[in-house]
Amino acid sequence: MSEQENSAPTVEDYLNPLARPKLNPGSMKDLHSFEASESHQEKLGFPGGLVDDWHDVAITKMGDLLTKYRGFRVYMDSCVKCGACTDKCHYFLGTGDPKNMPVARQDLLRSVYRRYFTTGGKYFPKLVGARDLTEDVLGEWYNYFHQCSQCRRCSVYCPYGIDTAEISMAAREIMDTVGKGQKYCNEIIGKVYDVGNNLGFPTPALKATLESFEEDLEEETGLDIKLPLDKKGADILLVTPSADFVAEPHIDGFLGYAKVFHAAGANWTLSSVASEAANFGMFIGSYENMRKVSLRIREAALELGVKRIVFGECGHAWRVAYSFLNTLAGPFDFLDPRYPSPQHICEYTWDLIEKGELKFDKSRNDKYRLTYHDSCNVARATRMGDKPGGQFEIPRNILKATCNYYFDMEEDTIKEATVCCGGGGGLLTDDLMDLRVKGASPRMTALQNVRKEHGVTHMAAICAICKSQFAKVMPKYDFEMDNILSVHQMVSNAILLEGAKDPEDDDEDDDDDWIPPTPPPRPPRGSAA
Amino acid sequence: MLTTIYAILFYVATLTFVGGIALRIKQYWSIPAPLKIPTTPAPTTKRGVWFRMFKEVALFESLFKSNKWIWVFGMLFHAGLALVVLRHFRYFTDTTNLVWAWVNWIQPFGIYASFAMMIGLVGLFVRRIVVPRVRYISAPSDYLMLLMLIMIGISGMLMKFVSHTDIIAVKQFFRGLMVFEFHPLPADIPLLVHLTLVATLMIIFPFSKLLHAPGVFFSPTRNMVDNPREKRHIAPWAAELEKKN
Repeated sequence: MSEQENSAPTVEDYLNPLARPKLNPGSMKDLHSFEASESHQEKLGFPGGLVDDWHDVAITKMGDLLTKYRGFRVYMDSCVKCGACTDKCHYFLGTGDPKNMPVARQDLLRSVYRRYFTTGGKYFPKLVGARDLTEDVLGEWYNYFHQCSQCRRCSVYCPYGIDTAEISMAAREIMDTVGKGQKYCNEIIGKVYDVGNNLGFPTPALKATLESFEEDLEEETGLDIKLPLDKKGADILLVTPSADFVAEPHIDGFLGYAKVFHAAGANWTLSSVASEAANFGMFIGSYENMRKVSLRIREAALELGVKRIVFGECGHAWRVAYSFLNTLAGPFDFLDPRYPSPQHICEYTWDLIEKGELKFDKSRNDKYRLTYHDSCNVARATRMGDKPGGQFEIPRNILKATCNYYFDMEEDTIKEATVCCGGGGGLLTDDLMDLRVKGASPRMTALQNVRKEHGVTHMAAICAICKSQFAKVMPKYDFEMDNILSVHQMVSNAILLEGAKDPEDDDEDDDDDWIPPTPPPRPPRGSAA
Repeated sequence: MLTTIYAILFYVATLTFVGGIALRIKQYWSIPAPLKIPTTPAPTTKRGVWFRMFKEVALFESLFKSNKWIWVFGMLFHAGLALVVLRHFRYFTDTTNLVWAWVNWIQPFGIYASFAMMIGLVGLFVRRIVVPRVRYISAPSDYLMLLMLIMIGISGMLMKFVSHTDIIAVKQFFRGLMVFEFHPLPADIPLLVHLTLVATLMIIFPFSKLLHAPGVFFSPTRNMVDNPREKRHIAPWAAELEKKN
């Protein structure tokens, strides 16, 4: 390895992304995201405001969930307070508020469970840390269970696999049931019911957007690349987050899928009924709502007569798709059994790459020195391909096939140990910006380290929330908002389409799209690519 | 009198311990896990899940990933306790019988194990006090549970290393209980402390965080097979929901 003086980090500028903060009790106790209004609540079948007998309703609901979800019951009982999870939550690392330690967050609910459902808590509440459900406790639930992104990092490290995501879902379900829901999540689910997607993007607007993308693609490639909507008899239904139609860098990824489909000669379509991959029903722990949102996809697939369902880049959407869709909206016996149902766009693309059906000019991505952020729900709640861990390998393989400079961040912040972007789980709302910025700090520190060490300029991700969150918080950490990329954006840049014009022909026009990498790339250490 | 009290105490403790855990297991068993939630990467086969569970239960794999200090103390305590408990089989079994011969063989290891167990327990107790994060999450019962185990260890080791008890009589007492015959129990303080705390521990086991022992086997993030696309998973109450609409 060549010893270049400024490529190796010095001790002073290396920061531990997982450094434990000093405890700062109560520092986040007043962070209160907006509560759902009556109309938001009622659309989802929840009471419009806090019901009079909320205390009894909450305890009854808790009892109900304890008989419906084995995980919830076992996790309420099993914690021994060993402390293994205490330094694993990115929100704790970023805020120092001890109630953001996974076990302390769970205990907000567990203390009430013990009081009402266990012998010890009924007779010796002080001894076992049990407490009555009071208005203060409910308020604490609201604030701290909306400071959990349900990323499951704690669950990896728990000796009993206790998953705080399950507990925060249960807590939110209880709060919705008593009429104390969160605006961001519930309003969005309502939009899905009313319009078909999270952004409330109506079909005519979607149609117009797709047409303008088609024009852009034609201008760029000289090819007639179609973005079909509601095309009956298509083979593949693409279900993708609606952010892919409106936000950057999501759109660039979306155009990447279109180019891949074009290169493969696939007959595909989007659906106006299922113009959204995300399913916020999961965030609020509501099986019924999650199922209702999922059934749109089944409906669209049947209606259009497709043979396959492919999901675009979206983290928790892939969790609901991969892990729950068959349960919620299956069986999918009407789809082509030769392909997994549903399939991830990365699985689809990687499969074509392995078969040699896609050609790339990697040098088109030479302006990027890239790393990859494993999105929490993809990493710890799903799989891609046949083998466990495919969810880590396949996106990386695609990046390595499409660009020359790829570097991983530190091992304890990637793959199953990945740190959440800070905006997942229904927290991607401006009223939680303080938390989002602080929660992103472990990831941002790891990114700064890899920038110092390898001159990394950009980070790619496969989650709509991650992309939006990073675009927003990166400027707070000395990055540009467009240092976050879509994985399929790299595919889009590098792919060689038959008959397409050379992008260098009209380089002048394109130049304003490319922001020069910051900081300027440094020489690779040893053999970089 | 003393013998009768302890006889009753141990019948009650055994019943509570066995019955309580059996009921708890039945309860966990009967509650469905409606969604596939293994923490991935997860095994894609049942056999793989058995292996994952073995690593979790025997080697504390997740804890090892998490925190080496807790792992070391936790391992010393649990492995030590396991050997010490096995060593105690000599009080309940006929060790001249070939089936129980291993109980004789294990005796010296059980003695070393008692030290390991105590180091582990004291380590966990000290951590609970000196690490602010762990102190923050500790309730009185969390300290008491450790203290109780430490007291059980100390009283047991006192009998082994300092003031011997008539263990022949102790064995006769317990072997007798098993066939409802009552033989006198020696009235030594360390022994009585030891037995009282052990019985207490058995009684609170099914009502406390000690349920982590059966609980870990029912943890859906650890015991589920990662095959949701291949095999449709549906809970009975969710299937009911489907019938409605």
